[in-house]
Amino acid sequence: MTDTTFVPQPPLDYLHDGSTLRSWLLTTDHKRIAVLFSLSITFFFFIGAVAISVVRLELLTPAGDLVSDDTYNKMFTIHGIVMVWFFLIPSIPATFGNFLLPLMIGAKDLAFPRINLLSWYLYVGGAAFTVLTLILGGVDTGWTFYTPYSTMFSNTAVLPAAMGVFVVGFSSVLTGVNFIATTHMLRAPGMTWFRLPLFVWAMYATSMVMVLATPVLAMTLLLIIAERWLDLPIFDASRGGDPLLFQHLFWFYSHPAVYIMILPAMGVASEIIACFARRKLFGYSFMVYALVAIAVIGFFVWGHHMFVSGQSPYANVVFSFLSFMVAVPSAIKVFNWTATLYRGSISFDAPMLYAFGFLGLFTIGGLTGLFLATVPIDIHVTDTYFVVAHFHYIMVGGSVSAFFGGMHFWWPKITGKLYPELWARAAAIAMFIGFNLTFFPQFVMGYLGMPRRYHVYPPEFQVYHVLSTAGAAVLGVAYFMPLFYLIWSFRHGARAGANPWHAKGLEWQAPSPPPHENFITPPMIERPYDYRPEDVATARDMP
Amino acid sequence: MSDAFLRKPFENLERQHMAVSFGMWVFLVSEILLFGGLFAGYSVYRGLYTQGFLAAGRETDIVYGTINTAILMTSSLTVAVAGRAARAQFGRMAWRLLIVTFLLGLSFLALKGFEYREDIEKHLVPGAGFALAQPGAQIFFSYYWVMTSVHAIHVTCGLIGLLRLIIASRRNFAWLAGSASEDATALYWHLVDLIWIVLYPLLYLVGRSHG
Amino acid sequence: MSGFRLTLPEASRNAQSVDIAFAAVFAIAAAIFLILFVLLVVFAVRYRRGAPAAHAPLPKFLSREIEIGWTVATTFLAIFIFWWFVGGHGLPPRNAPGQIEIHVVAKQWMWKVQHPDGAREIDALHIPVGTQIRLVMTSQDVIHSFYVPAFRLKQDVLPVRSTELVFTPTETGTFHLFCAEYCGTQHSHMTGEVVVMTPADYAAWLRRQPHGDTLVHEGEALFDKFGCGACHSPESQVHAPKLGGLFGSTVALQDGRQVKADEAYLKKSITDPRADIVAGYAPIMPSYGQYADGEDVEAIVAYLKSLPKEGTDRD
Repeated sequence: MTDTTFVPQPPLDYLHDGSTLRSWLLTTDHKRIAVLFSLSITFFFFIGAVAISVVRLELLTPAGDLVSDDTYNKMFTIHGIVMVWFFLIPSIPATFGNFLLPLMIGAKDLAFPRINLLSWYLYVGGAAFTVLTLILGGVDTGWTFYTPYSTMFSNTAVLPAAMGVFVVGFSSVLTGVNFIATTHMLRAPGMTWFRLPLFVWAMYATSMVMVLATPVLAMTLLLIIAERWLDLPIFDASRGGDPLLFQHLFWFYSHPAVYIMILPAMGVASEIIACFARRKLFGYSFMVYALVAIAVIGFFVWGHHMFVSGQSPYANVVFSFLSFMVAVPSAIKVFNWTATLYRGSISFDAPMLYAFGFLGLFTIGGLTGLFLATVPIDIHVTDTYFVVAHFHYIMVGGSVSAFFGGMHFWWPKITGKLYPELWARAAAIAMFIGFNLTFFPQFVMGYLGMPRRYHVYPPEFQVYHVLSTAGAAVLGVAYFMPLFYLIWSFRHGARAGANPWHAKGLEWQAPSPPPHENFITPPMIERPYDYRPEDVATARDMP
Repeated sequence: MSDAFLRKPFENLERQHMAVSFGMWVFLVSEILLFGGLFAGYSVYRGLYTQGFLAAGRETDIVYGTINTAILMTSSLTVAVAGRAARAQFGRMAWRLLIVTFLLGLSFLALKGFEYREDIEKHLVPGAGFALAQPGAQIFFSYYWVMTSVHAIHVTCGLIGLLRLIIASRRNFAWLAGSASEDATALYWHLVDLIWIVLYPLLYLVGRSHG
Repeated sequence: MSGFRLTLPEASRNAQSVDIAFAAVFAIAAAIFLILFVLLVVFAVRYRRGAPAAHAPLPKFLSREIEIGWTVATTFLAIFIFWWFVGGHGLPPRNAPGQIEIHVVAKQWMWKVQHPDGAREIDALHIPVGTQIRLVMTSQDVIHSFYVPAFRLKQDVLPVRSTELVFTPTETGTFHLFCAEYCGTQHSHMTGEVVVMTPADYAAWLRRQPHGDTLVHEGEALFDKFGCGACHSPESQVHAPKLGGLFGSTVALQDGRQVKADEAYLKKSITDPRADIVAGYAPIMPSYGQYADGEDVEAIVAYLKSLPKEGTDRD
């Protein structure tokens, strides 16, 4: 195509290819949409963080002396709704997935670029409802919207809150459809299924869960809206309905939703660990099967949220068994990551520190899952801080650590700049310490019987709450640090080359930041994770 | 077949068509799960309140329901033939068949509207003054209203898709063969039809098999 | 920071078995975590960049065998924990002789308790040690959850339906009672205490309580008030099912199903009589759900349970 007699001007990178507001708001470039998503979710991350700061400050003392009962309830509800649907679910897929999936398979963009933009606008639409909820005074149902409280008893803005989650669900579904179609249809010649990076496999498995589970939540929320707004008897027990049906439908989505949050994190961790251990990922095909197995089995364990709900004890036994089964592929992944380090050449750059943090915290989260799968233990600790700690270890310790790991790993690719390594390592360590200080005491007080969602509590739990709030303060500082040094590096950081980590994977063959259609020359397809520990001479250490 | 229909990020039109159909199939699976949540709840309550559901099922208007079923199935036929015609270069015929499909869909919605008016007059809206006393009858009608209105929203979306095809191809019938939209819209329209074929026995035939 | 403690009293038989299970799962989890932690540290140090360690690749067959090995081992371990701690413990305990049945009604935001002899209390539950207790619970509004950490027991309390909790307290003392399912504004105030007493103290405590009618008598009064006997008494001209000895029997329904006449069935037949029509009867009974609240229904059911086989007349 191009004339070889003269060197053509290299194309503009995606950040500079158009600078008007319109060129951002009407873009169909997956990389720009990824940036739009990351700005939006960062905004909501801080809303969720402010809400939980109020909760943690209130819990410093056993009495309800900072805010009223209602305010407290609204704060933990907003924290849950915002963090689950407006941060965690889109966190890795809509940002790194959007940015990297086409790059990693050697494509110019996602299969349906305009649908991709529509996903972002749906997110914004859902977000608008959520902001409206806040303006109308908030909502106090807990993120779980349990009936009949949400439909008949709460006096707060349940309708806009449910609408927000309903709308943002379609954003998830369309992203999922787009990713699945892209992975099937746009892999570069030679990029076979078993050469795909695990991050792509993770996106694929996540997308399946998004496409299959999210619509059930959408319909369930629609039924809540119909019951609350139009007074149709659907879950109302006094008119023959069954509130447990709501819980079944809700958890049919919301358990797999945990996998929407953790599978992408597993993908990110796989990329980082292989790169910084300079080792081919141990047991690649088992890792792929484990991802798919988690996604599939994850659809059949929802009843473990309902061991004390009054569902049949026989159902409890079945759901308990299936929950133990889903632990197996998760454990296999942890073993494989650990084994990847064996005989490697490990460097401890910030992404690797986050990946280590992910590994340790996810393991604790997973192992405490064994307690919760054991019915008699779950009966004691469910709805206590034990469960709160457990899912924060998975969703924050696991997913958010991986999110920050990915953020640092791909920051040079996304912005073309190097981040300040020392600051990044400090933030990673502070995050790890702050996280454990916040949530480990919650395991203990949960076992001792401290119920969740309590505004006032018996004084014997105070010491654990004080520790937890202290940890949250450290965590808060640690979360703010990247905000500052990453913005600094975006403006003043040293320029990054195409591949500062000497990493494998097609995204590193594109320039940093990549131009509009990603690759200037068609990428070379290699076997995945073709790292060699003896290549260390070429692996540069960051300043 | 020109490259006029080729869109970023595809390299050739055939692949692009495949991808659009494939993406639509994946989306349709998601749509089925959307109604799946309703079918699950319906089944649970049908088991709990068998008599109530049978009695309530006898109150829906089977005449409207049956005519609407016939209309939707016919429209599926016309949209399918339209696709075949477009690919065989009978562009004008394809375009006219799309208009027929559109009008059939519109008449479905119109009839549904008349049926809703009748249902309201017969006090079949759950709440105070509901016509039936059997336990479960109100739940049946809750599901009736939610299922049919969510379906009607899908019909409306399908109609918007059809209208887009009709307008885009009004001066250039070959557009229908070249663009992947015709395929995708037809697939979506078939799903709308398919869902109705499940709703019809659940809402209209239940309770009528033995008097 | 008063009363800080690291352990929780084990005040029921169930608490002991839960603690054993907890300790065992903790040991297994800790062992797995320690192995992983040690491996991570060893690998991180030994294979750090620049360290003089071997980097040669593993033989292919070795990695495959390791992979299969730990997959199988993990699967067996998971099945083992399931079999040991869930297999036999997932089901509720059987009813023991001498069991005391206590009725609990939850509402925003209090626990109302009624003892078999009619004594009532709010946000407190007094029970004798060493006796099997059966709580029959229902809610008047939203879902609550009856949680006593010292017993390691929790059960959601649902509107209209009734749920049960069966346990045997083994230690005297005063323990926390929490509502564990979020139920609105004052959820965290919906707490109380469970007082486990010696049987003698419990008897003395019961005597001291002002006695209302017992639940059965109260149910009988409601039975008369609502005019249930007009149709259901043996002398009635109306063709309605007889209620004596109904509890615990098996009932054939119009649609061919067979159901056991347990509490749930009796309650549903009062609040929602057309849901299960007994074979051979017309669906003529109106619903009493709007007249009788949760406590009334509990009382009527208690009365129905007390009826002997012969007829409804107990006088």
